[in-house]
Amino acid sequence: MNIYVLMKRTFDTEEKITISGGQINEDGAEFIINPYDEYAVEEAIQVRDAHGGEVTVVSVGNEEAEKQLRTALAMGADKAVLINTEDDLDYSDQYTTAKILAEFLKDKEADLIIGGNVAIDGGSGQVGPRVAELLGIPYVTTITKLEINGSDVKVVRDVEGDSEVIETSLPLLVTAQQGLNEPRYPSLPGIMKAKKKPLDELELDDLDLDEDDVEAKTKTIEIYLPAQKAAGRVLEGELTDQVKELVSLLHNEAKVV
Amino acid sequence: MARKVLVLGEVRDGSLRNVSYEAIGAAKTVAEGGEVVGVLLGASVSNLANDLIQYGADRVVVVEDEKLEQYTSDGYAQGLLAVIDSEQPEGIIFGHTSLGKDLSPKLASKLDSGLISDVTGIEVAGGNIVFTRPIYSGKAFEKKIVTDGIIFATVRPNNIAPLEKDESRTGDVTSLSVEIKDLRTIIKEVVRKATEGVDLSEAKVVVAGGRGVKSEEGFEPLKELANVLGGAVGASRGACDAEYCDYSLQIGQTGKVVTPDLYIACGISGAIQHLAGMSNSKVIVAINKDPEANIFNVADYGIVGDLFEVVPMLTEEFKKLKVNA
Ligand SMILES: Cc1cc2nc3c(=O)[nH]c(=O)nc-3n(C[C@H](O)[C@H](O)[C@H](O)COP(=O)(O)OP(=O)(O)OC[C@H]3O[C@@H](n4cnc5c(N)ncnc54)[C@H](O)[C@@H]3O)c2cc1C
Repeated sequence: MNIYVLMKRTFDTEEKITISGGQINEDGAEFIINPYDEYAVEEAIQVRDAHGGEVTVVSVGNEEAEKQLRTALAMGADKAVLINTEDDLDYSDQYTTAKILAEFLKDKEADLIIGGNVAIDGGSGQVGPRVAELLGIPYVTTITKLEINGSDVKVVRDVEGDSEVIETSLPLLVTAQQGLNEPRYPSLPGIMKAKKKPLDELELDDLDLDEDDVEAKTKTIEIYLPAQKAAGRVLEGELTDQVKELVSLLHNEAKVV
Repeated sequence: MARKVLVLGEVRDGSLRNVSYEAIGAAKTVAEGGEVVGVLLGASVSNLANDLIQYGADRVVVVEDEKLEQYTSDGYAQGLLAVIDSEQPEGIIFGHTSLGKDLSPKLASKLDSGLISDVTGIEVAGGNIVFTRPIYSGKAFEKKIVTDGIIFATVRPNNIAPLEKDESRTGDVTSLSVEIKDLRTIIKEVVRKATEGVDLSEAKVVVAGGRGVKSEEGFEPLKELANVLGGAVGASRGACDAEYCDYSLQIGQTGKVVTPDLYIACGISGAIQHLAGMSNSKVIVAINKDPEANIFNVADYGIVGDLFEVVPMLTEEFKKLKVNA
């Protein structure tokens, strides 16, 4: 089984966000594998262990993403590919990323492609389905279970809390939802082995793409932080009075009930 | 610049979802005086066309086929592409729902167009349609425009105001026949887990419980409060991990994102990953016995106390309010 994982490097979930020069300030921030992509890496490893084959983790980004790719290798992936767009692209959107990934994947004969259902930074959730569409293969998003039998696939998909049981077939792209699995921590031997595993670096040129082919179709014109909320009011006094006051505040001041 | 804008009416349990009316509101802004065309896909959905019109659509195109009874990305894409082909719209708006998130990137890719997902605000500024959307789980916002092709966006439930329903409005309802074929994903079964009644992501009031709720039964008083307020029950991951409730209720970075008018957090400490799913709520109330809990830093109103005492009292007080109203 030829398995590919689409992975993004994102801010750690604990990070505070600040802005400098109109951009999100990355200085000193901790970065991680996008949490949903971590489920994808884990699932890919489990599928490989059950069915044989190879797991390749692909990331579009800059050099810094090598660290997260190494982590994926340490978890158990076999190969990693970084498509480094730092020198070529000043601005990209989901159209750009999907186009690059699809161009990379088109001749790889992937049986299964797994991504996270959304990246916690940009939060758009577009790349997975876009890549599937460009490759002309079916996809299922937000999956919580994956069963493969020959080329038949049964997946359970989370739909706003309900579950759909879906039958489809390989080649297939799926995106991971929380609940799919428990991602493993890289073991010490895993980390040692990862250092020797192949991590290739490509640029747009290597994919016969130039900037114009992948030019973004949308543009960010401003980034800002939410307005500081006025300090909240912690009520005081007898509990019964607090409850009465709260109801009255919600009704008369906030007017939400 | 007047534009023709398509809006997908999303049907759930035989009626239109609220977010579809909000999408019409959004489409009106994008249309800048142009036409808003509702689209309905399903096995038998034309009876809902008038609802779209009364909420502001100028007319409605219906595609009916047995194969559209349940949503599949292949089936819906075929239906919509046929409509897009005949209507040639300059804008498309979906709700940022499970369906909208699944379908919109496929369609955008087919149309070779951009897509702005999870929009919480729309304005016309400097000759552009400017979309506002949260990034970094609501820790920041960005304003975005489409620079090439169709203006395609999905709108987050509860953020864009729908128009007032106008029962006197009329408009054309036409049907388009499309051959739906070659579905590559087949839905075998749907397991209902989400609580009956109010949909969490669309609820105007959410009563959420955390590890402080202590057990499955501990959620009962929260359910009662939610009932009285016509709201939905949500939870922190702490509560889900402890198996007090189903993961379908989880709110936060790895759960649902909600922006109700009123969010009542009961026994939730306010971890940053939880805040990611609810901090953009209009009004936040925290009930926690620990005065130092982080949730008080984002709350508009807080009560320091035992939730098992406070929540039932609140329910009673709200009942009185409803009776007097
Ligand atoms: C990658 C990642 C993703 C995550 N995603 C999410 C997510 O999507 N959603 C999420 O919620 N969390 C998420 N978490 C977990 C998050 O970090 C917290 O662990 C979790 O939110 C804690 O849940 P809690 O507030 O219910 O529990 P706790 O932190 O244990 O807080 C319980 C609170 O209840 C109060 N309490 C106890 N008894 C009472 C009582 N009788 N009356 C009133 N108050 C009482 C306590 O004072 C305390 O403040 C994520 C973590 C990681 C690392």
